[in-house]
Order: sequence, then C-alpha cells, then structure tokens
Amino acid sequence: MTDLTELTIAEARDGLTSKKFSAVELTDAYLAAIEAARGLNAYIVETPDKAREMAARSDAQIAGGEARPLEGIPLGVKDLFCTEGIHSQAGSRVLEGFKPRYESTVTSNLWADGAVMLGKLNMDEFAMGSSNETSAYGPVINPWRSSSNNADLVPGGSSGGSAAAVAARICAGATATDTGGSIRQPAALTGTVGIKPTYGRCSRWGIAAFASSLDQAGPIARDVRDAAIMLKSMASVDAKDTTSVDIEVPDYEAAIGKSVKGMRIGIPKEYRIDGMPAEIEEMWQRGADWLKDAGAELVDISLPHTKYALPAYYIVAPAEASSNLARYDGVRYGLRVEGDDITDMYEKTRAAGFGAEVRRRVLIGTYVLSAGYYDAYYLRAQKVRTLIKRDFETVFADGIDTILTPATPSAAFGIASMATASPIEMYLQDVFTVTVNMAGLPGIAVPSGLNAEGLPLGLQLIGRPFDEATLFQAGKVIEDAAGSFEPKPWWS
Amino acid sequence: MSVDIDTVKRIAQLARIAVSDEEAQGLQGELNTILGWVEQLGELDVDDVEPMTSVVQVEMKKRQDVVSDGQIAADIVANAPETEDHYFVVPKVVE
Repeated sequence: MTDLTELTIAEARDGLTSKKFSAVELTDAYLAAIEAARGLNAYIVETPDKAREMAARSDAQIAGGEARPLEGIPLGVKDLFCTEGIHSQAGSRVLEGFKPRYESTVTSNLWADGAVMLGKLNMDEFAMGSSNETSAYGPVINPWRSSSNNADLVPGGSSGGSAAAVAARICAGATATDTGGSIRQPAALTGTVGIKPTYGRCSRWGIAAFASSLDQAGPIARDVRDAAIMLKSMASVDAKDTTSVDIEVPDYEAAIGKSVKGMRIGIPKEYRIDGMPAEIEEMWQRGADWLKDAGAELVDISLPHTKYALPAYYIVAPAEASSNLARYDGVRYGLRVEGDDITDMYEKTRAAGFGAEVRRRVLIGTYVLSAGYYDAYYLRAQKVRTLIKRDFETVFADGIDTILTPATPSAAFGIASMATASPIEMYLQDVFTVTVNMAGLPGIAVPSGLNAEGLPLGLQLIGRPFDEATLFQAGKVIEDAAGSFEPKPWWS
Repeated sequence: MSVDIDTVKRIAQLARIAVSDEEAQGLQGELNTILGWVEQLGELDVDDVEPMTSVVQVEMKKRQDVVSDGQIAADIVANAPETEDHYFVVPKVVE
C-alpha cells in the first residue's frame, strides 16, 4: 500500500468508502507522520486518543453504509478555534490553561460531517502576524527550503502551522482564519491552496476574535478540490453569529473541471507595485496566459483605492482587536499575574500574557479609539472601506467574473530575517490580500510554480460576494497548468 | 500627528498594559511610524461617503427574547484562575 498520507482528501475519501483501508489506519499513518515532523513545530498539541476514537467511529459509520461527507478524514485545527475540553490558546500565553467548555461552529460542522481531529496547530499570537514568529509557542518551520541552502524559512502567517502541516503531509487538510491575508499568504508560501470565503460564509462563533468585521474562517488544503470539499462542510448560517449569512452553501466540488471559456478575468493595474520582484511579475503574467489559453478573456481593470487598503486596515484591525482583547484580564480565564490591587493585576497580567506584536496593536487600537480620535481614524477608515468596496463593485458590474493578482509580494523568507525591520515591512506581506478582507470578498490562493530557488509562489483570484464557486473553477485551471510539486521531506 | 512619551503611557494605562519606561520609548517610535504611515488616508475626500457596514445588503437579524440556555455556572467559571461558589474571585476593590 502507498503511504496513506500521500492521498488527497478526495483520494482518501474514495479509498475509505471502497474499503481499501480503514479510517483508523489512515489516522495512524498521520499520527506517525506528525511524530516524525515535530521539528517543524506545526502542532502545539497532538490529540492522538481523540483522533483514534473519532476514526473508529468513522469506520463504524462506513461499515453501516452511512459515511458522511468527510468521513474519516484527519484534519488539523488552528489554535484560534475553540475545541471542547482541548487546549485552545490562540497562540498566546494570556490564555494559559484554557480548555473551552464548548466547540466552535466551524469545527462542530466538520466533526458532524465525519472528520477526525489530529490536534491544534501553531499560529501567530491572536492571528497577528505574517510569519508565525509572534506565537507564544515559537516559530513554525516551512517544509520548503531553498535549493541553494538549508536555512529555515517561515511558512507565512498567521495560519503558519496550518499551511506547514498541509505542505508536510501531517494532516489531510486544516482549518485556518484570515483577517488580512492569514490563509492566503501562508498558503502561497507553502505551495498549498487556501481560500478566504466571503465575510459571513462561515460562522465566527467559537473562534477567538481578532477583528470582528474582517475575520473569516476557511480551509488550507493540498489542492483546489480538497479546499472545495472542506469549505462545503465548514460553511453554514448560524444563529450564534448574526453576521453569518443565510444563503445556501453550494456544492463547490461541482465547479471543478468546468471550462473557463468566455470568463472575463480582470488584471488590476494598481497591483503592479513599485519594486515588485521580477519573479512575481513573471508568475502573474504566466497565470494570465494560462487562463487565456483555457479560453478566458483578460481585461485590464483599475481599482483606484487599492493603495489605501493596507493603511486603513491598520486602523480598523487594531481598533477592533483592542476592544476584543479587553476580555483577557486575568479574571475569567487564562493567565493571572497578582498585583497590588485589581488595576495592577490587570496591567501585569496583560503585560505578561501578550507578546510584543499584540501589545503594539492593542495600543494602536486604543489610541485611534480614544476620546477625540474616533472620527479622524476609525470612522474615516470605515469610509475608505466603502471606497475600496465600490472599486470592486464597479468592475464586477462591468462584467468581470474574477480578478487575478499575485498572492504575495515575495516567496518565503528566513526565520528572524525581518527582526530588525520596521513593523510596516512585515505588514506589506499582506499588500495583495488585505483589500479582499476590507471589501468582504472571497479570495483564493493557488500555487503557480517554483521560483529560481525552488520555493513556491502563489496566485490569488478574487470573486464576487458568495461566488466562491467561480474561484474554485478558475483556480483549478491554474492548478492544472502549474502542475503539482511538494517539498522534499528533510524533516523526518 | 505624533505621540509623545506621556501619551504612550496614558494609552498603555487605558489599555491596562504595564509598560516600563524603556518599553514606552520603543513603542513611541513604532507607534509614530505606524500613525505617520496611515496619515495618507487624509488624501481622500470621504465627506459624502457612508462607512461600510456589510458586504451585501442584509436585514439586521433579530432573535426571540427568550432564555435559550442557562444553569451552566460551573462551565462558566471552569477556566477562571480563582473562584469560590461559582463566583469569580478578584482582589478587593471596595474597602
């Protein structure tokens, strides 16, 4: 039998239903692979007992002819998701010891569809970061290495553990979240597929909140089909999240393999930024050529407010974070550092519990929301969001079906290589992805090839609200043209 | 607009995060870099623009005003650092 961890979700599903192997065998193969890959630091917590128990239940379902859509598929879960009775710390020390008494809606949906939980995945603290280096559990190492040296590279962030685990074949797929690019940027840096669905497609209930008007859950998977399979199960309307939208979840897998003939694909000139590396520019052109060869029509478009998205994001996201993170006060859950009085206790707890990046963003957010500044900062930034959203609405009204852009401005970079840079240098990692969160639209990152150093690069497709199906359809064309590639398993 | 060291300390106090003098100095530089960078939003005329509230036009959802759960005090305090009889225990705040 081939190594079971080499199978995609779709292949594993076929193998399980045709009884070529059992769910317990599949789970055991992953548990062994996880153990061998501990050096990557992708998992914060492994849950082998729970995984075997869930797999055994899956085998019973299959034996009874009652296999559910994700029956027996072993998944990793980003630490941001609350999982009942299991470590859920958002990559932070401030939630030390927190074991929620409830399960997030997204993970509940996955388990109800038969999926198996392998453990909790590392991430930037409270999803604030683009390299997974702000985690209280230390950085995740990218399974990909440059062909010229053995230096450790970052997997991107904040869903760095999810992306690295999928690329290293130590889960069949993973949950992730995206506030400014945290699904798509790590997917691009690890040669995996990641989709941030439309705001409201997945329930945010039970996911530790970062910036509530931007946060969305989505999958990171090995290929476009697997991402479609996972999103179908993750998405739902939920009474516990009033911003989840009551629109039927389509069968995304049905979009895969459909021709893009006649599809109108926008190429936005504002994404050709100053100092863009030649390899990114070339990859973008190659992607456009692939879609053209497949029968799509390429259209030059303009999204004039693009350059304002990132600065507006760095008002909106920290403002909402400063409010959301006020709950970590040493009283109801997590870390408490004793002080002289209650205020001293709060201040010491939060100083010890939050890392430098989280502290920085909470302070920015507190400042822009403080008396007299609300209109000048937060309100203005929310108005800029309307302008960004209008840019997209205008091109979609003109008949554009999807927009093609690079996913990131660079390939994976070295661990600690940005340590002395200004925070803004790291923020620029999200320059192509953040517009999508600001407008609430869906975006997918699909691997598009390797650069001269053998590192993966990704393309992004942006869609109309709730038109994830078109992204899977066009994404599959890019995937087929780019071919598949995976890292050499040096870690095990 | 740039922030001085006293403003950094005042903001930290509002955010209930203890910062040392040394940290405050580092934060002052970082905050000013970020605040200077977001200044470019001032280039835009947003006078007649409504703030964004949702991606697609949606009716605000309302729920029935009924008790849908309860009797789970033990669950609610289960993760607290210090509790007593289903109460959260905090340092004395009233003399």
